Amino acid sequence: MKEYRVLSPTAILGYGFPESSFNEGLKYQPDVIAVDAGSSDPGPYYLGAGVSFTDRNAVKRDLEIIIAAGLERNIPVLIGTAGGSGANSHLEWNLDIIKEIAKEQNYHFKLAVITAELDKDFLLDQLQAGRITPLHPAPELTAEDIKKSTNIVAQMGIEPLIKALDEGAQVILAGRCYDPAVFAADAIRKGYDPGLAVHMGKILECGAIAAEPGSGSDSALGIIQPDGFIIQPLADNRRCSVTSVAAHTLYEKTNPYELPGPGGILSLQNTSFEQNSDKAVKVTGSKFVPAINYTVKLEGAKKIGYRTVSIAGCRDAIMISKIDEIINAVKLRVKDNFQKQGYNYNLHFHIYGKNGVMGDLEPTEATGHELGIVIDVVADTQETANTICSFTRSTMLHYGYPDRIATAGNLAFPYSPSDFKVGPVYEFSIYHLLEVDDPLKLFPIQMMEV
Amino acid sequence: MKTIPITDLAKVIRSKNAGPYELTLDIIFKDQAGFEKTIKSGVINKTLIANLYNISPDKVINIVEFPQALAIKATIVRPRPSGALGETDVYGAQQHAPLLNIKVPICS
Repeated sequence: MKEYRVLSPTAILGYGFPESSFNEGLKYQPDVIAVDAGSSDPGPYYLGAGVSFTDRNAVKRDLEIIIAAGLERNIPVLIGTAGGSGANSHLEWNLDIIKEIAKEQNYHFKLAVITAELDKDFLLDQLQAGRITPLHPAPELTAEDIKKSTNIVAQMGIEPLIKALDEGAQVILAGRCYDPAVFAADAIRKGYDPGLAVHMGKILECGAIAAEPGSGSDSALGIIQPDGFIIQPLADNRRCSVTSVAAHTLYEKTNPYELPGPGGILSLQNTSFEQNSDKAVKVTGSKFVPAINYTVKLEGAKKIGYRTVSIAGCRDAIMISKIDEIINAVKLRVKDNFQKQGYNYNLHFHIYGKNGVMGDLEPTEATGHELGIVIDVVADTQETANTICSFTRSTMLHYGYPDRIATAGNLAFPYSPSDFKVGPVYEFSIYHLLEVDDPLKLFPIQMMEV
Repeated sequence: MKTIPITDLAKVIRSKNAGPYELTLDIIFKDQAGFEKTIKSGVINKTLIANLYNISPDKVINIVEFPQALAIKATIVRPRPSGALGETDVYGAQQHAPLLNIKVPICS
């Protein structure tokens, strides 16, 4: 069996990469170019609001280079988790960019668009049928969670990608996708070992992060051989070491020996890593263990209100020594002032310099000589959030705490206006597993000629 | 008993979300010797992690040794799902600090 090569330009489509690295990768005549575009790490907003956390111009720049290389060499280009979260609006956003590039460059090619957004009625039926289970420590799913979610996606495995490749897609734009799937799908389709292909995908999905120095804005190459796979960065100043690659395997995972994904578990019990050359590491022994019941991961987010924040600083030692009582007093004052209006809001203070970064997890009782204060209000409407934030800010600014000496004002504002209207706020509402009979059914493929 | 600061033995100490509901803490050692010394000392256990993070031991999901990467990792329940009201660190990338103070006891 000949070697199979995958070029990964960057950790996230839109994070960029040096053209020199990418061109170096092309010299290896890769079988596919694959890129992951998504992550749940930036939080629930992007899935909930249906917008990307990457910038349109940056995504277009990356795609111009990637698509040109794929079409020129007649090798498939696979894009996973379009638009960052992979719901339909994210997919449309990215599709629009691809169409724009095709028009500008006068490209004509076969494009597959694979959706991953799920219908709420379908999910309500599945919940009723007991086919949805929480991913610990997420809570049990309720019908209310499903109804309130704005966007709900499922992570597709390799199967829809393989089908699109079988139908002759030159570029595949996939909705929410298991991160390694775009790197592994074509290799598995061609008969390479799924354990090696998926583990290689798991490392390649972060671009050159598994190198030293690591970077998510640089390219990496994966090579599957009969008995293992090789990972190497493509920039001159990076190298992969056994620990850098092994360490990446446990990144963002609960258990590095068993990595669950659609349709099975990647088992690394017998995996070993060895230095293959100065720059490259060879990985052997990774196994894909198919599950008895095929499951996909669901992700959903719901809108919980609107946010307004105000940012300020405090340098007065007397105020700092009383900051907790002052916050409580200000909260009570705000509550009392709007008693009759019955506003529904959440008022939170981030106190940087005093447990601001770790909150309840903070074990150290130390306070800085100055405090950064963020007044954070989430309310049912933007107007209410503005009202509560504004009133909290003015109350705290002039609050006459006991022993106060500085009577001109308690807060230092870096900005005018001091209050920022952030807009809608979302929370993760679904993080569960759904049992499916057919790994293709949830992910319809639309083939189009661009 | 002699102790060695973990920062002398470790190359990487980091925290990150493992999905929106978990926070995972990685300690990756510089060499085999440091990794083995730390494992042998037994210093990194559920009680230590619980104490370092002001949480009850049942919130410590697991502690796993991964010799291939010379790593020990602990995963805890996030105080709240990523981005929920009261969030302080959406990516969970700045929750590693208490680990920097670990002292590894060495039997001479």
